[in-house]
Amino acid sequence: MFPASFGYFAARSVEEALDLLTKHGEDAKLLAGGHSLIPAMKLRLASPRYLIDIGRVPNLRGIRVDGDTLAIGALTVHADVASSDLVRRHLPGLAEAASVIGDVQVRNRGTIGGSVAHADPGADFPVILMALNASFTAVSPSGSRTLPVDGFFVDFFTTVLKPNEVLTEIRAPLPPAGTGTAYHKMPHPASGYVVVSAGALISRDASGNCASARVAIGGLASGPLRAQATEAALRGKPLTAKNIAAAAAQAAEGSDPVDDVYASAEYKRHMATVLVRRAVEQASERASKK
Amino acid sequence: MSDEGIKIGVTVNGVKREAAVEPRELLVYFLREQLGLTGTHVGCDTSQCGACTIHLNGCAVKSCTILAVQADGAEIVTIEGLARGDALHPMQEGFREKHGLQCGYCTPGMIMTAVYLLKTNPNPTEDEIKRALEGNLCRCTGYVNIVEAIKWTAQKIGGDRVSR
Repeated sequence: MFPASFGYFAARSVEEALDLLTKHGEDAKLLAGGHSLIPAMKLRLASPRYLIDIGRVPNLRGIRVDGDTLAIGALTVHADVASSDLVRRHLPGLAEAASVIGDVQVRNRGTIGGSVAHADPGADFPVILMALNASFTAVSPSGSRTLPVDGFFVDFFTTVLKPNEVLTEIRAPLPPAGTGTAYHKMPHPASGYVVVSAGALISRDASGNCASARVAIGGLASGPLRAQATEAALRGKPLTAKNIAAAAAQAAEGSDPVDDVYASAEYKRHMATVLVRRAVEQASERASKK
Repeated sequence: MSDEGIKIGVTVNGVKREAAVEPRELLVYFLREQLGLTGTHVGCDTSQCGACTIHLNGCAVKSCTILAVQADGAEIVTIEGLARGDALHPMQEGFREKHGLQCGYCTPGMIMTAVYLLKTNPNPTEDEIKRALEGNLCRCTGYVNIVEAIKWTAQKIGGDRVSR
């Protein structure tokens, strides 16, 4: 299978990519690792007139601590996120999400920025990044702006990124002591995409109660959803198995998933309660070790 | 954008190659049809089966999901680059020794993934071997002898990092 013909530019800098985006507007698509875009182009689901390849733009790959934030360059591949000591130490839930995307070869090529900007409803990163209260740095000719994850994913394959913007960095707050993260996924057995998944960020206070909770679910909507009823039910409560199970039972509240060939809506809502319980339990356990 | 193609330079199995490619040309077809390296196979052509696995700058990747233009400047190793003359690479020996194949179609990709595994994890457990192969499908063997072949090779090279 071949993509339809297109014009190709290899940008050497973000500035050059922005110039090309400004010139070609909505006729152009950015290409990073290409592990979502190229399959879509081969199936002729996408036929952009121009590709602007940012895959070799320097300084967009790598993971660093920037003050109280973990900053991940948009071109960092999944395998690097999964194996990063910094990520594993501070945000193990993020490393877990990276390690269950696709397969070895896909993780060597697919990028975190590409996954976020593509906004596939079956993707892993959007879910865990919502739980982690991440934000995204987007650069346009008029400057750079920081976009919080809440409100970033607006629909299937749609984010608030503008056509003239380049996503350059993913930023996740470094969790304070007494905080744990986790990610649990039920993958589609053939494709590996998310059927349902859950990410959790749980903080304990000095007495062991839940000080704060952010829980996100994938697979129930066009993008990640906050499990707000679960978060509210956890806050202030002792993080016991019983309380976690009761809170997780409300995980799918307010969601309206659709039936598909693999799983019914009812089954997805049930799996959301199971995966949220596991993610919150594990995040709580990790919170007590730090 | 040009009709005559875009010039790229790649190093394939240690040899520098230059060529003009159409932007939409996939790396696997560039390797097979322009360079004649038909050991890299096209299986599913949808990034699932791993028959097209090669090493790009040292990492196992699926060459059906990469444009040849994206590989400009890269170091590539294909299955043809593993043996040294008549001396098989230890992983090829392992697949022969343990009969890690039946029809052979998936074998080049299996071997490239397996070589990458031992580069990153010289002493994998059986479970780690199976996980490493999640992106390589075999429709004949049930994987038993493939896993045995990789174990045999890991043991034979005794935890030494595989160099190529």
